[in-house]
Amino acid sequence: MSEPLERRAIISGVAQSAIGRRLFRDDLDLTCEAALAAIADAGLKPDNIDGIAAYPGPIQGGPGFAGPGIYEVQDALGIDVRWHVSGLEGPAQISPIIHATLAVAAGLCRHALVYRTVTEASAAADTGRRGIGAGSLEISGFAAFFIPFGAMSAANWLALYARRHMHEFGTKKEHLGAIALTGRKHAAFNPKAVYREPMTMDDYLNARLVSEPFGLYDCDAPVDGSTAVVVSSADTARDLPHPAVRFNAVGTAMHKRPLWDQWEDITTMAARDAAAHMWSRTDLTPQDVDTVQLYDGFSFLTLAWLEALGFCRRGESGPFVEGGRRIQLGGELPLNTWGGQLSGGRLHGFGFVAEAVRQLRGECGQRQVPNCEVAVVGVGGGPVAGCLLLTR
Amino acid sequence: MATFIRPIPALEPRTEAFWKACRAGRLEFTRCIPCNHFIHPSRPICPKCRGRNLDVAPVSGRARLHSYTVNHQRWYPGQEVPYVIGLVELIEQTNLRLMTNVINCPIERVQIGMPLRVVFENVSDEVALPLFEPEAHA
Repeated sequence: MSEPLERRAIISGVAQSAIGRRLFRDDLDLTCEAALAAIADAGLKPDNIDGIAAYPGPIQGGPGFAGPGIYEVQDALGIDVRWHVSGLEGPAQISPIIHATLAVAAGLCRHALVYRTVTEASAAADTGRRGIGAGSLEISGFAAFFIPFGAMSAANWLALYARRHMHEFGTKKEHLGAIALTGRKHAAFNPKAVYREPMTMDDYLNARLVSEPFGLYDCDAPVDGSTAVVVSSADTARDLPHPAVRFNAVGTAMHKRPLWDQWEDITTMAARDAAAHMWSRTDLTPQDVDTVQLYDGFSFLTLAWLEALGFCRRGESGPFVEGGRRIQLGGELPLNTWGGQLSGGRLHGFGFVAEAVRQLRGECGQRQVPNCEVAVVGVGGGPVAGCLLLTR
Repeated sequence: MATFIRPIPALEPRTEAFWKACRAGRLEFTRCIPCNHFIHPSRPICPKCRGRNLDVAPVSGRARLHSYTVNHQRWYPGQEVPYVIGLVELIEQTNLRLMTNVINCPIERVQIGMPLRVVFENVSDEVALPLFEPEAHA
C-alpha cells in the first residue's frame, strides 16, 4: 500500500476555551477564545489559517449542542479560507479533523482550524437536561421509532447495548464503574476537569439510576467549552514551537446497518469497523500504544472501544478493566487521562483529541504518561465511530 | 407543573403505512417479495437483492426480548417513571427489530429472551404504537 495520505498532515496547535458548568457565555465567544489560542499554540497568526472545519455545523440539535457554524467563525475571525466543511454525518465528531488531514494533503489548504463547541450546560440551566423530542407533539425521521416509546436519550439506546453485553458475556456493573472511577481519578490531575472530587465504587453504585444499567456516573456531564486544533501540512513540522503530532492512520469504515436499533450485533459498535480499518493502514499494533483516549459519553462505550481496538478480545473488556489498575496512570494502558467526558466534561469528542496531543507532546505534568509516543483516539458510540492513531 | 404529553410519530410518506396498520391492529412491514425479506424502516429497495419488487406483509406479532432497559429518568416534567424500554426481535426474521415498551409485566420479571406478543396502544385517530407484553399474559 502506498503511504496513507493522512501522514502528510500533522496537528500543529491545540487549545481549549474556559470549560465549565454554566459559563453563560456565547458559543461564538468561546470558539474564538479556543481558536485564537490554538493558532498561537501552532506559532501562527490568524491570517495564516486558510481552512476551517467543524462538527456538526448549524443544525437543529438539542439546546447548546451545535455551536457556531463555520461561516460565523470565519467571519468573526476575519479570515480568508481556501477550504471549508462542516457536517453531522461522518466518522463521528472527529470527522472534520479527518477531512482536514486530506485537505492539507491535497494542497487545498495549508493550515486548517478545526473546532467543536458546546454550551449544553448553560442551555439546560433553566430546564434541567431534557430528553430528545421532549415537548414536541410529533416526531419525524428515525426518532419516530424511539421517542414515542420514551426512549428519549442516547442513554436509553445505549443502555440496551450495555445490557446485552452483560447478558452475553457476564459483564458487571462494577466493570462499567471501573471506567467512571478511572476517569474521576485522572480528573484530579486536570485543572480544567469539571468533576475532580474523589469517588468510590460505593458512590458509583449508589448513584441514582438513569436508564439501567446506567446510573448518574455512567453518563457524561454537559458542559460549556470549545476545543480547537490546527491541522497543518506535515512540511511545516520543523517550524513549530511544539513537537508535531502526526497522523499515523485514521479509521473511517462503517459496515452493516448504521441504525441504533437495527445494528446487527449490539454488543459491538461501529467502532469495530473503524478500528479494524485504522489498523489496516499502519504497521503499528495495539502493543505499541502508550495511551488511549476513548469515548465515554456513556461508560459502556469505552468497553466497546477497548474490544474494537483489540486491546482485549471480544466480550472480555469487563475483566480487562476490573479493578482499574491496568487502565490507570502507571498501568499498562492509561485511559482517558484527562478525566474523559464523565469527569472532564462532555466536550463531544474533541477533549480526547486535545489530551492525546498534549500527552504526545509531554505537556501533561502530573498526569503525563512517561515516554508517550503512540496514542489512540476513538470517538463515537453505537452506529457512529471514527478513530485516530497519533504519534510524536 | 408541566404535563407530560407523549410525543407521537408524525405521518411521513415512508412510515405512514406502518403506523396506520398498527392503528388498524396489524403489524406489517415492507417486504421484498423475491427474497421474502422484511425491510424496516421501510425503504424503496431491497438491501439484499437491490430489487424493487416490494409489497407490505403482516407478521405474527410474536417476538423475543433482545435487550431492555428500565428507564428512571424523567425526560420531561410530569413523565411517569420507571418504565421498561425493550428492543424486540420479531420471530419472522433475525435482526428485524422494534424499540418498544414491555408492558403488563412486573419489572423484576423482565428478562432477555422472554417471548412477547404485540399489543397496540392508540395514540391518535390515525396512529397506534406497537407495545409488547409477555406471551404468557392472560
